[in-house]
Amino acid sequence: MNIILRRFLGLLLVAAAVGLGGCATPGGSLNDPLEGYNRAMFGFNEGVDKAIIKPLASGYKTVMPEFARTGVTNFFANLGDLWIGINNILQGKVGAGASDFGRFAINSTIGIVGLFDIASNAGFEKHNEDFGQTLGRWGVGNGAYVVLPILGPSSVRDGLSLLAVDWRGDPLWYVGNIPTRNELIGVRVVDNRANLLDVSRLAEEAALDHYAYVRDAFLQRRRSLIYDGDPPPEPEPGKTSESGDSKGTAARAGTELPPAQITTERGERIVTAVDEEFTPAQEFSEASVQSAAVRQEPAGVTGAVYEPRIPSNYDALLAVSGDRTGLARVSLRP
Amino acid sequence: MKLFFALCFSFFANTVSAQDLAPDAQVKKITDEVIEIIKQDKDIQAGNRKKIDQLVDVKVLPHFNFSRMTALAMGRNWPKANTEQQKVLTGEFRTLLVHTYSGALSTYKNEVIEFRPLRAAAGDADVTVKTQVKRSGTEPISIDYSMEKTPGGWKVYDVVVGGVSLVTNYRETFNAEIRDGGVDGLIKSLAGKNRSLELQASSKPK
Repeated sequence: MNIILRRFLGLLLVAAAVGLGGCATPGGSLNDPLEGYNRAMFGFNEGVDKAIIKPLASGYKTVMPEFARTGVTNFFANLGDLWIGINNILQGKVGAGASDFGRFAINSTIGIVGLFDIASNAGFEKHNEDFGQTLGRWGVGNGAYVVLPILGPSSVRDGLSLLAVDWRGDPLWYVGNIPTRNELIGVRVVDNRANLLDVSRLAEEAALDHYAYVRDAFLQRRRSLIYDGDPPPEPEPGKTSESGDSKGTAARAGTELPPAQITTERGERIVTAVDEEFTPAQEFSEASVQSAAVRQEPAGVTGAVYEPRIPSNYDALLAVSGDRTGLARVSLRP
Repeated sequence: MKLFFALCFSFFANTVSAQDLAPDAQVKKITDEVIEIIKQDKDIQAGNRKKIDQLVDVKVLPHFNFSRMTALAMGRNWPKANTEQQKVLTGEFRTLLVHTYSGALSTYKNEVIEFRPLRAAAGDADVTVKTQVKRSGTEPISIDYSMEKTPGGWKVYDVVVGGVSLVTNYRETFNAEIRDGGVDGLIKSLAGKNRSLELQASSKPK
């Protein structure tokens, strides 16, 4: 029972992340080798949502006055700040982590056990972190897109993080009285879903293919969250010099090798340079080339796509696709 | 005397057309105007879709570049469509985006919108205007406008909400549609979607 409730909770959190959007990794469908299973599970989850969670959430929204719902949302959000802070610190963002603990201290006391979000008004901004993002920050790719039962859209990385790690950072899990704990988790699920009613309706209206819309939005959203809202821009496929020969590659349609891209440590793109001169990777022993992308290449292009881990003493590196694999130093700032 | 200056200033402000404004100032001006109208119009707050559509049509749409948006969503499939198809696609995609945008506006509830400083060099013809919507209990949600300079002033060609591009989020779907039914198949799907949204809107007038 706990596990089921726990999963409902996760669904909501994930749904929250998803509802608003997503960055298509170029060739997003390549990130979806499990599409057949995923679509079936997506349909099942939709059914459960329509039959149980959404009606509960709608009722809750109708019955509860807005200020009360805000209080409930704030209460659970406050409990979440501790785990968010820990993840910020794990990602090396000590200042942000300290701010999260500060939020918890302020809201738990002056904010009356978290019912009021005083800290936000005081300039301590709320963050969005979880262990999946921490792994992403550490360079772990998200793996295949997976729709989890009840929990909803996820990926191999995020799903494992959620089920294996994140719940341990959830204070509700440590509530000793089991019925109380379950009730709290149930309320949190319903409250989260109520907050997402508008968003989920909008997404449904906007989508040509609801499944694909949610999937691509989820992937974009997660990517954005890992970079805290400033992901390196995606290449614009219309501008790549692909010949457009896609005959016989129907299964791979949508595959697009991004142009080589130079990014700063913070992931901002400096130059897009497909044909710049490359220096061999070995010149930079600290640089690790990660073959992050398990992408197939479109016909006529050989080689793999790499996403570079950028050593801290380098200002920028070049990720190269095609046969000229390597890293190039753009500017060195020791 | 103070009043005189105030009047002069307001006159001046009114005559500065959107074309002359910096991109971030332009987004701010439009956002402020739209929110002011929403705050004062009880019908819009109650979800009157017709009035919202009207507002969007007059205030917002002139600043959007829909053919660029459609090309962006189509990606490498854009050149596969002939001029006539491109025109039809742009029209249908525009209808769908406007519906979504209006829907999003109708959920506005006095949230505070903050503008982040514009990071751009003087001569840039392509910038991103970043804004944030503050909400209680969650992190602020970002709304970023990608804008390009055109002879007719700065035009928005992408809107990115919480990291999700409302435009490129369609790319995979469009790819799949074109793979299965060609460009005409995509046009048919878009038109069908728009028709069903229209039916839905007229069947339950809010």
